[in-house]
Amino acid sequence: MTGLIGRKLGMTRVFDAEGAHVPVTVIEAGPCPVVQVAGTQIQLGFGAKKPKRTAKALAGHVKKAGLETAPRVLQSFVLAAGGEAPKPGESVTVAIFAAGDRVKITGVTKGRGFQGVVHRHHFGGGPETHGNTRHRKPGSIAPGTDPSRIIKGKRMPGHMGARRFTELGLRVVKVDAERNLLFVRGSVPGPFNGLVTVRKQGGRSRHD
Amino acid sequence: MDRLRTIEREGLRTNLTAFDPGDTVRVMVRVREGDKERLQAFEGVCIGRRGGGINETFTVRKISAGVGVERIFPLHSPAIAEIELLRKGRVRRAKLYFLRRLAGKAARIREKRGVVVPETTEKQEA
Repeated sequence: MTGLIGRKLGMTRVFDAEGAHVPVTVIEAGPCPVVQVAGTQIQLGFGAKKPKRTAKALAGHVKKAGLETAPRVLQSFVLAAGGEAPKPGESVTVAIFAAGDRVKITGVTKGRGFQGVVHRHHFGGGPETHGNTRHRKPGSIAPGTDPSRIIKGKRMPGHMGARRFTELGLRVVKVDAERNLLFVRGSVPGPFNGLVTVRKQGGRSRHD
Repeated sequence: MDRLRTIEREGLRTNLTAFDPGDTVRVMVRVREGDKERLQAFEGVCIGRRGGGINETFTVRKISAGVGVERIFPLHSPAIAEIELLRKGRVRRAKLYFLRRLAGKAARIREKRGVVVPETTEKQEA
């Protein structure tokens, strides 16, 4: 398997063999039951939904995999090239990862609300003093009469955060298969207890 | 959060010497040179401890060649081979940052009475 669904527990630090401090995010990932297998797409579940709140259609869907309760989330992952397809009802655990693996982690970032251009797009802002009043304003957003319009995609104030984001090139520091924990170097999108998906990634880690 | 604290607890060291700000300590640091490892001592006054759990650090200040040198150690780092308590100091605050602007005689710390410093540890280890 190439990925897993999990929950971000929070950040802490670990020390490596040299005694150097490594900042890590702890993710409780899996065990994820296989709900459906379609070609190279494997649908995994995570968490548990109350039977009362489970739609009959979903209940029927998971029953085919032999699951009693429906998972809270379902998500498809690509089967690893050359890997053997797991059967519905089986569980995928953090054992698919090993220390040193490169992963990409997707989550919903913390919502920041309506933010100005300085926070949202890292604009420089204007001078604070000397009679200036353009403190955190965006300044000119376009020429005048000639185009008579604003170019699409112009960076402006607006809602920030609470969007899907994938952090690439993270490094797995430790895998605790017993407690389904994944220790990943660096930060991961989303709040504590937020849902994240961890997927394997090729290429180099940004920490290499 | 509680789960995280539980996980952190596994990284804590249990064999640590108890010491407080004001105490004179000798920190034995593991230094790696090539493929050889040796111990390097850093001896001075602990001028403060901060943080909790695995994030706890302490600052040791010493005067080296006439220049004040401070080094911050993560308390639970495996790079610290040993912390030797050399002298208990009698101080009335938790952070001894005032020592930075004092020198010589003024920067002395009175010894805490009635506390037995385990001198034997030092000799045994040495």
